[in-house]
Amino acid sequence: MFVLAMALVAAGWEIYKKFGPQNGGEVFGWKILPRAKDRVMPHISDILGRFTDPLNRASSETVLSVVLKGVWFSFRLVLAGFGMGLIAGLLLAVVMTRFRFAERAVLPYLVVSQTVPLIALAPLVASWGGKLHLFGWEWPRWMSSAVLGAFLTFFPIAVGALRGLQSPTAASLELMDSLAAPWRRTLFTLRFPAAVPYLVPALKLGAAGAVIGVVVSEISTGLRGGIGRLVIEFSQKTTGDPAIVYTAVLGAAFLGLVMAGLVAIVDAVFMRNRPKEVEA
Amino acid sequence: MRNQRIKGFAAAVLALSLIAACSDDKKTTSTSAPVACATTTPVKLQLQWVTQAQFAGYYAALDQGFYKAQCLEVTILEGAVDITPQTVLANGDADFAVSWVTKALASREAGANIVDIAQVFQRSGTLAVSFKDKNITSAKDYAGKKIGNWGYGNEFEVFAAMTKAGIDPATVENVAQQFDMVGLLEGDIDAAEAMTYNEYAQVLEAKNPATGKLYTADDLNVISYEEQGVGMLQDAIWADGARLSDATYKDTAVKFVAASLQGWAYCRDNVDACAKLVTDQGSALGLTHQTWQMNEVNKLIWPAADGVGFIQQAAWDRTAALAQETKNLEGTTVLTKAPTADAFTNDIVTAAYAILKGLGVDINGTSYKPATVTLTEGGA
Repeated sequence: MFVLAMALVAAGWEIYKKFGPQNGGEVFGWKILPRAKDRVMPHISDILGRFTDPLNRASSETVLSVVLKGVWFSFRLVLAGFGMGLIAGLLLAVVMTRFRFAERAVLPYLVVSQTVPLIALAPLVASWGGKLHLFGWEWPRWMSSAVLGAFLTFFPIAVGALRGLQSPTAASLELMDSLAAPWRRTLFTLRFPAAVPYLVPALKLGAAGAVIGVVVSEISTGLRGGIGRLVIEFSQKTTGDPAIVYTAVLGAAFLGLVMAGLVAIVDAVFMRNRPKEVEA
Repeated sequence: MRNQRIKGFAAAVLALSLIAACSDDKKTTSTSAPVACATTTPVKLQLQWVTQAQFAGYYAALDQGFYKAQCLEVTILEGAVDITPQTVLANGDADFAVSWVTKALASREAGANIVDIAQVFQRSGTLAVSFKDKNITSAKDYAGKKIGNWGYGNEFEVFAAMTKAGIDPATVENVAQQFDMVGLLEGDIDAAEAMTYNEYAQVLEAKNPATGKLYTADDLNVISYEEQGVGMLQDAIWADGARLSDATYKDTAVKFVAASLQGWAYCRDNVDACAKLVTDQGSALGLTHQTWQMNEVNKLIWPAADGVGFIQQAAWDRTAALAQETKNLEGTTVLTKAPTADAFTNDIVTAAYAILKGLGVDINGTSYKPATVTLTEGGA
């Protein structure tokens, strides 16, 4: 189905190129229809063909290899950011569940944190690279990008997990209380399992956020090696070579798909025993 | 059982993060020419943009061991979309920075204590490029036309040229321009702002759909703002003004400028090698494009009558005056008052010449002749 959907998108692109206005079009006086020219919308075959071309005269490396290397580099940052965001989000959710005053004190700030534009934050966090030393460990430059990925990841996870941890019914909680279960036992036996259906969509949002955070911060701080850096480098070439920038964009899309796939696997593993859970 | 699985998942996530943490941070550091140094001084240089021939002199100095020979361990920090070199310098995150004079002076006026210690580009490389059929041969022809500018402080030469030609900027349709030349090719812009060493080449690397061949210089009218008398000084090496009173930092600055200028002299004489060098440093722009860029950048540096990097009072004063007089569309000027006399110094560059003369480096390039570079599609 996925392959079919991709083929449909590609076909839509080519059909628009064929029948769309060459110089863009206006709808009710608003210039919104994109130009269908080769310079603006290269043929799919041109874009795919670019993958096998060498990067430039000075190197025999193909564009595909360069893009895949960029994806791999960014993928590791995304995983690191996702991991950090997941841990931070879960910890926040647990603390907010345990202490109601923490929820009231912290939650508004979490919401505020997400309104800070990433591109305003990126140069600041990037400047920690090579400057900040924590217990003798030097903050590497790539870590800044991972942190910005984590910054977009932790919020949906914290909110989703909080909702999930609070989801057990009063009767279930009272049962745990009547069995004199300590709070920790209630957390792991009752609250976490109950939170799983809330966590899965949160993980999906978090994974998308990690990809966006890493790629945008790579563009913003020019971190060498990542797919975001390739997007700015290739976009400088777009005047003479309009197809090449789409190879980097496809690479970034591929990275997003990989993350979505990973979350889907986690989803399948965690939700496998769901029906049994409901019975219990 | 369930909490076991959750623990397992958490462990897996941690493990993945650790694997990711093992990726190494690639830094550009010097490698060659072992010289007996009692100590080496670490130096960080912040560029304005990603690696390209615009900064070839510094990469050449690194690659050829010129910095090493001066007992410096130089790390070159690339720029990006949201990195302002003079801010990085003022915050102490770099020891030296490359920045345009106008932008750095604006930061200086805002409180950053930074000093121009070497004016590497002595001429402005800004052009207005238009197709022949638009008949734009001087700023006088801007009236009623769509004139592109980049904004963000890159637009002042465009407005200075209009003011000088007696054109009210309000009679011109000023268009915000992207950092590529698609707007010009598509006719959204009649005359586009372009650097000799970059965007102008991008036009000549694009195919003309009418002929199926690349555009040529014959298709275009080119106005040089330097020739129009409104050129503003661009790439210079900036140092931290507060630290310049420290003898150790000043000594490092002299050595750094000397080795950097030696790198620029090397690139004057080895255009192809320097273009290859920056391409190998991981620039995705093509080799032909970098060769063109190297050659055009050399034209902005050489010949240097007073010596490479020397800050000429006349050009400095013209830049400062234009920066105070020229209003952009919002009615603001770059500077509100004249920069103080300590905004630049020729002390460092003069001391560097003593080192360079000892090394037999030609600091004037009197016999410099630009090469001819033929561009290819996409600058491959």
